[in-house]
Amino acid sequence: MTEPNSKELRRRHPIPPKDGFGFALLALILAVALWLATGWVMWLVKQTMTANGFQASWADALLVLFALLPSGLLWSALRSLGQARRARQALQSENLIAARVHSSEAHTWAWFTLGYVGALVLFLLFVLFFIANNVAVGRTFFQLELIRNSFGLILQAFWVNVVIFLFAGVFSLIWGLVVAIAKLLPGKPAQPIRFIATFYTDAFLSLPSIIVIYLIGFGLPLTGIGFFRNLPLEALAVLALTLTYGAYMAEVYRAGLESIHPSQWAAARSLGLSYGQTLRFVVVPQAVRRIIPPLLNNFIGMQKDTALVNVVGVIDAFNQARIIASNDFNLSAVTTVAILFILITIPQTRLVDRLVERDRARFRQG
Amino acid sequence: MSFLEIRNVHKRFGANEVLRGINLTVEEHQVVCLIGPSGCGKSTLLRCINGLEEIQEGEIRLHGDRITGPGVDLNALRRDVGIVFQSFNLFPHMTVLQNITLAPTQVLRMPEPEARAKALALLKRIGLEHKAQAYPDQLSGGQQQRVAIARALAMEPMLLLLDEITSALDPELVSEVLNLLRELAREGMTMILATHEMGFAREVASKVCFMYGGVVHEEGPPEQIFSNPQRERTQQFLASIIEAGRL
Ligand SMILES: Nc1ncnc2c1ncn2[C@@H]1O[C@H](COP(=O)(O)OP(=O)(O)O)[C@@H](O)[C@H]1O
Ligand SMILES: [Mg+2]
Repeated sequence: MTEPNSKELRRRHPIPPKDGFGFALLALILAVALWLATGWVMWLVKQTMTANGFQASWADALLVLFALLPSGLLWSALRSLGQARRARQALQSENLIAARVHSSEAHTWAWFTLGYVGALVLFLLFVLFFIANNVAVGRTFFQLELIRNSFGLILQAFWVNVVIFLFAGVFSLIWGLVVAIAKLLPGKPAQPIRFIATFYTDAFLSLPSIIVIYLIGFGLPLTGIGFFRNLPLEALAVLALTLTYGAYMAEVYRAGLESIHPSQWAAARSLGLSYGQTLRFVVVPQAVRRIIPPLLNNFIGMQKDTALVNVVGVIDAFNQARIIASNDFNLSAVTTVAILFILITIPQTRLVDRLVERDRARFRQG
Repeated sequence: MSFLEIRNVHKRFGANEVLRGINLTVEEHQVVCLIGPSGCGKSTLLRCINGLEEIQEGEIRLHGDRITGPGVDLNALRRDVGIVFQSFNLFPHMTVLQNITLAPTQVLRMPEPEARAKALALLKRIGLEHKAQAYPDQLSGGQQQRVAIARALAMEPMLLLLDEITSALDPELVSEVLNLLRELAREGMTMILATHEMGFAREVASKVCFMYGGVVHEEGPPEQIFSNPQRERTQQFLASIIEAGRL
């Protein structure tokens, strides 16, 4: 008989919300601490700059600006505290609904403060790391002078990477589709073709691309066959990457083609369309939408792998940067390459996200 | 020689023998209704007639010509035998018009303008001219199913197979599809339809076949099957249909 009673009890005495005062206070304390810490780190930066004889009013202004930045968090923490106080008052006057509203606001603002505190802490740690040991990190990776001097050379060499991945990208997209269709060919006569295609993808999915590049880049010219001997190394690199990524692309295509419901095949075949016509007009156009994001992801992966072609002596951006780095005992030129790769990749990953999101929106519509 | 002759057709999925010796003849301009409990093989039989499934034994003849077994040009057969599915199966990436013109232009090599004109005439007939440029997901279920019928009709088939084409529709959309079938029947289109719409079967069928146990268990004119079934299984099936308020 206790059951209905406790239910009755709960109905008459709903659970009051927490006012969130302690949480808000914690946010405020952390915000203040972070403010002090930021001031301290900026002070350290200023000292390092002076020690290195660097003096500029814009830099000072920047430091002051950074030091002031966390004051915004004081505002949000205070706001949380204010809401928490109103929640407490509402609780005292037994206004549960108002208490919930203010408590929820207090929690939201406290979380907001904590989120930014966390991000800023990471930023400060990075700055400390950068200036540690009298800017050793900064000097090793970000020597502006070196970056400026080597930039032209690196950019030129990066063009080699771009050419390689554009060619290998287009070729592997086509080659992958051919392999995927070979793997999906129906019937007994196509069995040997299916077998070869399956073996090919299995082999190249398991081979590290650096080994393929090495074998093809060094091996094919060694065979002495005229055609391969006269090919530029870059073309061999394209061939190696096409073979490797063709296998990845083929798997994506195959998954995409197989994701089209068999009823679409039945509908097309029942109208008299042949196997090839069904693929071309019905299945591939529907599959392409779904597989563009994963294909693009493979493409991005391949761009990064163009840096591996240095093992056979192609002067790409990374190889060029290594040469410069070993001359200067400094990695800043390699940093330039890293930045170039990041710059060309970020727009593409954003694009993939956009495409995935668009597809999802379409799917939600029904 | 009948228009369509199905003789002793057996169909197995692995160890599961779904059709165990189907015998059925259909004359030109007849409407034959297949009824029977779910899973008795109605869809499978229709898919065999269209060559979407291979049969293991027996034969099917259309106009005296054998359409099962090795060496049959299935693509050619399917020009003559159209099928409409329960789940419409329109091509979602194509407009209504493209759905209808795809097969005539690609399979019959009909010139594009002619195919379009024909498709528009068909759409006008089913009252969906204004939807020619719409995509399937912009149509109601009933409209989609009518487009699917138009898509099959665009190939001018000699025989139309319809597999429970109203089963996936909301009740208020069923009649618009049945009206279209009624009209086709009146014009003399030869049709085989698997259906649970007993009232409709009674109205339009030339012959009703009750399938059970992988064979045609009982067949006859609709009045006989529905009012005076001879065999016990048929009686039980119809009793359960009546109990469900569907007859
Ligand atoms: N592609 C298939 N593979 C295996 N079994 C199948 C397949 N298609 C149908 N079946 C089986 O065949 C039987 C008959 O199915 P179906 O022809 O769809 O019946 P109905 O249309 O009369 O409801 C069912 O038991 C089903 O499980
Ligand atoms: Mg069925």
